[in-house]
Parts: sequence; structure tokens; C-alpha cells
Amino acid sequence: MNVIRGFATTFKHVMQEPVTYEYPEQERPFKERWKGRHHLRRYENGLEKCIGCSLCAAACPADAIWVEAAENTDDERYSPGERYAKTYEINMLRCIFCGYCEDACPTQAIELGSEHQLSFTDRRDAIFTKDMLIDPVPEGGEDTPQQVEPGSFDRAIPDMEDPK
Amino acid sequence: MGVSSKLGNLGVVTTTLEEAVNWGRTGAMWPLLFGLACCAIEMMSTQASHYDMSRFGMELNRASPRQADLIIVAGRVTRKMAPVIRQLYDQMPHPKWVVSMGDCASCGGVYNNYAIVQGVDEIIPVDVYVAGCPPRPEQLIHGIMTLHEKVRGERITDWAN
Repeated sequence: MNVIRGFATTFKHVMQEPVTYEYPEQERPFKERWKGRHHLRRYENGLEKCIGCSLCAAACPADAIWVEAAENTDDERYSPGERYAKTYEINMLRCIFCGYCEDACPTQAIELGSEHQLSFTDRRDAIFTKDMLIDPVPEGGEDTPQQVEPGSFDRAIPDMEDPK
Repeated sequence: MGVSSKLGNLGVVTTTLEEAVNWGRTGAMWPLLFGLACCAIEMMSTQASHYDMSRFGMELNRASPRQADLIIVAGRVTRKMAPVIRQLYDQMPHPKWVVSMGDCASCGGVYNNYAIVQGVDEIIPVDVYVAGCPPRPEQLIHGIMTLHEKVRGERITDWAN
């Protein structure tokens, strides 16, 4: 009797569809909160959200982030704040995708996206520079550096949704 | 002119052999069973039915280095483990490849201390680094496909090395 039951189980599974996801062609949906590759965001007018405060680098438990800040001027304005990130590098091989940088950022400049295809044949390729991380300029926006009227930005940390 | 055309004809033959051998190497690359930490759980998942590495010819993880072509270093490598991993690598027959899976194997990750080797490439040459902590099975499969691409690009003149 037990033999029949065993065979019945086997035959039941013969009829079932395979559970395998054909990964490169067919992707299993990730969870919404899954954290992947980073993005540096921009305001709608094209200015960078990052103000070069290095809080993300301070919060990073793996020391994966390197920020070098420089001063904004009205002729060359990158961010609405006092400073901007001249160099912004993330070593993807050090990053553990914990999202602490996202939490630490006062302007929500850095966000972790959903791209997961991160494998490298050379470890130098794993260092993502600012050009690779920053979003493209949104429609209607202007690329940085922008030339603005003197005195239109006077705060060290911008508080506006979308500074003009 | 005559010599170069002859060389050109020879080139067609060698390229075909190269492609055939590289195709064979990518088609059956059996990994060594070498899980060290939490990345090993994802490696098991990659081997299991939902992701199924045998679709890429990686039928099963060999426990013996003599029958393995690929070593997936899954997890942080402690200083005590370093001689073991080197010995296993030396015991593998040529050709052999190394995938450094995850942050800890690639560069120490968060474990920046005296006990952990800061990157397995201090001990053995690494072909592909996979980022993630731990990488999802998709990310590991992407790393393996990166390795396959690299192997397909290998030249016949490098095989002797």
C-alpha cells in the first residue's frame, strides 16, 4: 500500500509544471523594498540634490562611499545648497546595500534603486563615479553647472521641494 | 601577400577550434562546493530548483577539487581558511576559474579587521567579482554569465598559461 502511495506522489509531480525561473530571459519579481544600485537624484530644474555633506559616507558601515565637496558659486551652481559633491564615488564591492546612506541623507539625494546586475571582471570597474550614479537631467531642466542670479540661493541646506 | 593569405586561412581554423573549446568550457563548468558564510545559502538557492544552475551546465557542486573547474568563494575568508582555499585551488586541474561572490570575499566588506582576509584575490586570482551582501541568485547567475563571456573571449595563445 505504501509503495502505491509513494508512486502516486511521484506521478503527481511528473504532471506538474517546472518551478524554475529561466532567469536571464524571465525575471522573478523582486520585492519593492529590495535595495540595489544607487542613484543620485536631481530636482526638476536639473540641480543636483546632493549638497556634499558626507553624512552618507559617515553613516556607511562598510566605508564604501567617498565624497569630496566643493563650494557652489552663482556662476557655477550644481546644487541649491552651499556646497556640492565634486567627487562622489561608491565602491559597489564594498557596499552592503543596507540603505543607511539613504536614511542619513538630509536632502534625499541618494536612493537605492532596483538594478541588480553588478558583477565585474576587474575590481576597478566596481567603483561607480558621480557620472555613472547621477540621474539624467529631467525634461525642462537644465544641466549643471547652471548660471543663476546672485542671491537666489542663500541656504546651506535647501528646504524647498523644488527650488526655482 | 601569399604568406598573409595563408596565415589568414590558418586563422580561420584556429578561431574555430578556440570557439569550439571555449564553448565546451562554458557548457560544463562544474563548481567546487565551497560555501563559507551566508553567501553559501544564496549559492544553494542558485543550485536549487527555482534558479537551477544546471541550466548552464553546472550540474552539481563537486566536493572534490580534482573534478571542479570553478571555485565560487561564497563568504568571508578568514586567515585560518586562507591556506585551505589556496590548497584547494592548487589541487584543481587547469583550466580553472574563480568567482568571488559577495562583498566579503571580494574586499572584506564590513569585516575590516585582523581575522578576515581583505579580498580573496590576495590568495588566488579572481576572474569575476559579484557585488551584493549577499548577492541574490540572479546576481550570482549574472556573475556566472559574465564569467562565461570572459571564457568565450579567451585566446588559444593563453591556454598554455
